Amino acid sequence: MSNIKYILGSFGDPDEMLTGIKKLQENNISIYDVYTPMPIHGIEAKLGVKRSRLDIAAFFFGITGTITMLTGVYLATVVDWPVNIGGKTHFALPDFIPITFELTILFCAFGLVGSYYASTHLFPGRAPRVMDLRATDDRFVIAIDAKQNTEHEKIDELLKGAGALEVKHNERKYISYE
Amino acid sequence: MAGHNESILREPLITGKDITYAQITEEILSPVENKPNKAWWIGFILALCGATLWVVSVGYTFWFGIGAWGLNKTVGWAWDITGFVWWVGIGHAGTLISAVLLLFRQNWRNSINRSAEAMTIFAVICAATYVVSHMGRPWLAYWVLPLPNQFGSLWVNFNSPLVWDMFAISTYFSVSLLFWYTGLLPDIATIRDRATGIRKKVYTIFSFGWSGSVKTWQRFEAVSLILAGISTPLVLSVHTIVSMDFATSVIPGWHTTIFPPYFVAGAIFSGFAMVLTLLLVVRKVLGLENYITMFHIESMNKIIILTGSIVGVAYLTELFIAWYSGSQYELYAFQNRIAGPFAWAYWLMMTCNVISPQLLWFKKIRTNIAATWVLSIVVNIGMWFERFVIIVTSLHRDYLPSSWTMFSPTWVDVGVFVGSIGVFFTLFLLFLRVLPSIAIAEVKMILKSSSEQSKMKLIKEGNLDKEHVQEYIGSLEKFDSVKQEDYAKI
Repeated sequence: MSNIKYILGSFGDPDEMLTGIKKLQENNISIYDVYTPMPIHGIEAKLGVKRSRLDIAAFFFGITGTITMLTGVYLATVVDWPVNIGGKTHFALPDFIPITFELTILFCAFGLVGSYYASTHLFPGRAPRVMDLRATDDRFVIAIDAKQNTEHEKIDELLKGAGALEVKHNERKYISYE
Repeated sequence: MAGHNESILREPLITGKDITYAQITEEILSPVENKPNKAWWIGFILALCGATLWVVSVGYTFWFGIGAWGLNKTVGWAWDITGFVWWVGIGHAGTLISAVLLLFRQNWRNSINRSAEAMTIFAVICAATYVVSHMGRPWLAYWVLPLPNQFGSLWVNFNSPLVWDMFAISTYFSVSLLFWYTGLLPDIATIRDRATGIRKKVYTIFSFGWSGSVKTWQRFEAVSLILAGISTPLVLSVHTIVSMDFATSVIPGWHTTIFPPYFVAGAIFSGFAMVLTLLLVVRKVLGLENYITMFHIESMNKIIILTGSIVGVAYLTELFIAWYSGSQYELYAFQNRIAGPFAWAYWLMMTCNVISPQLLWFKKIRTNIAATWVLSIVVNIGMWFERFVIIVTSLHRDYLPSSWTMFSPTWVDVGVFVGSIGVFFTLFLLFLRVLPSIAIAEVKMILKSSSEQSKMKLIKEGNLDKEHVQEYIGSLEKFDSVKQEDYAKI
């Protein structure tokens, strides 16, 4: 028993899993994480995952793009090499709106996705930290830290009562980690 | 999703009985996890022949220069820009489906967005090859970038729509790629966790270590929504800027303010036509009838009628303004289109883009797979001719009758165009083999709310308005993947 690191409740139905979460929380059993093959709406509030600040980041990345393009065009067309086109103003702002818009979007998208990958530790070749291989297929898995929550039998009962198809006691945290 | 039932009046997005999450994974991944069938090989070999033709034609162009094409001093832009605009237009549906329809919460996008986005990326690649191959000195392609260059510090002309276009196309391509790839991560992880050996290693690298934890999913949805929000104006801006390549010039027939909205509508029109051309075949060959249902096909056909009609109105407006403007050059450009030596192209365009899509008003036609498929190809042909008409017929009779001329393509022109279709299909067929053609996670999301089986369960439970149930069952008649006898019993 002492070697068990994580208890996994594997559900076949997202609604049953939500019942499982509710029951565990009613009994003051902390949930380590939940792994699902698709996003389950409303679950993040229950598990205390804070609101994402990626939108704020995206805004500032976008603004950076806007400023970069306007500055770059100003330096090129006014400071570095002004060209006299029929006496028109060198910094012809309306002409530069399309490209400024494009660069705003480009910076925003790359900054946003880059921050997302960085904040959730996604990058090419990262060893997947998977507790249950079916969590990306058809199982909705609740993971409970077995060292923090010592009443293992009670946890098993609660999970099964909520409709878990399978309860696993894993001695290794990640089965995929070799 | 818990405790929420979708209205019975909405048509199902997933048909079939007793579909489980495991079954969705199994069915969508079957072309990825199994050896390809004969149909795939035949298609792939044909596409590869096309791609080879492209390599030969573009290689010939690089070696001998643009003189290998049928251009002359009056018509200095023809099949190259026609092909370019055609491909960029086709590349509009994918991001439109994934971004605009996401913002409007249209759940039917879930089973078509992945392959439509893939199509977008491959179409933009085809368009980009035109940009490079028409340059004459393609090894200097990087000159389009705003680099402070050592050839004298002259910059690119930031006032030129061609420079704007470089920004628009490259931004569109890279943002579409990001959007597509981020959406693919959970599905690549699904393949990874089912695979063994070398396949597992490869998909592990490309899955970026996706685990499906709560935080990852929550951030994933936030990112998708923001990307959709910024991609929506991006999609509209791309073809707007492409149209400015023409609209900011002084050529009669080109310098019209109607171009941006007209080009955007045309792009969505041709993009959806290409999505239908591909998906109708894919759903049949890969057996995905339960996921890409008649509802999806009909919805896309409705968008085709709408955008096709916008394009038709734009054609008529152009004619009216040519007369109403009082500019004789403008009027002549249009008289020449309608009755000049290239009138056959104009009328082919009118028939394919304005008249034949009107057939989709008939429900029998828009819910008939064969008719839809034929019409989608007709639209693709029509949209190619639209660009040909705009470009070649506006140029071939310019201000001096002494320089009037005709345009005829050489084999190299034809080779580059037909070859680019080969490149496109090669990439698309490879995509079908290595990545899931339907977004698995997104389809699973709607299984409990919008599937035929969940609606069936609701009907069996009772508690529903009888009239609504009748209407729902009536709406199922058009589905080729629904068994009517199941409903006769109820």
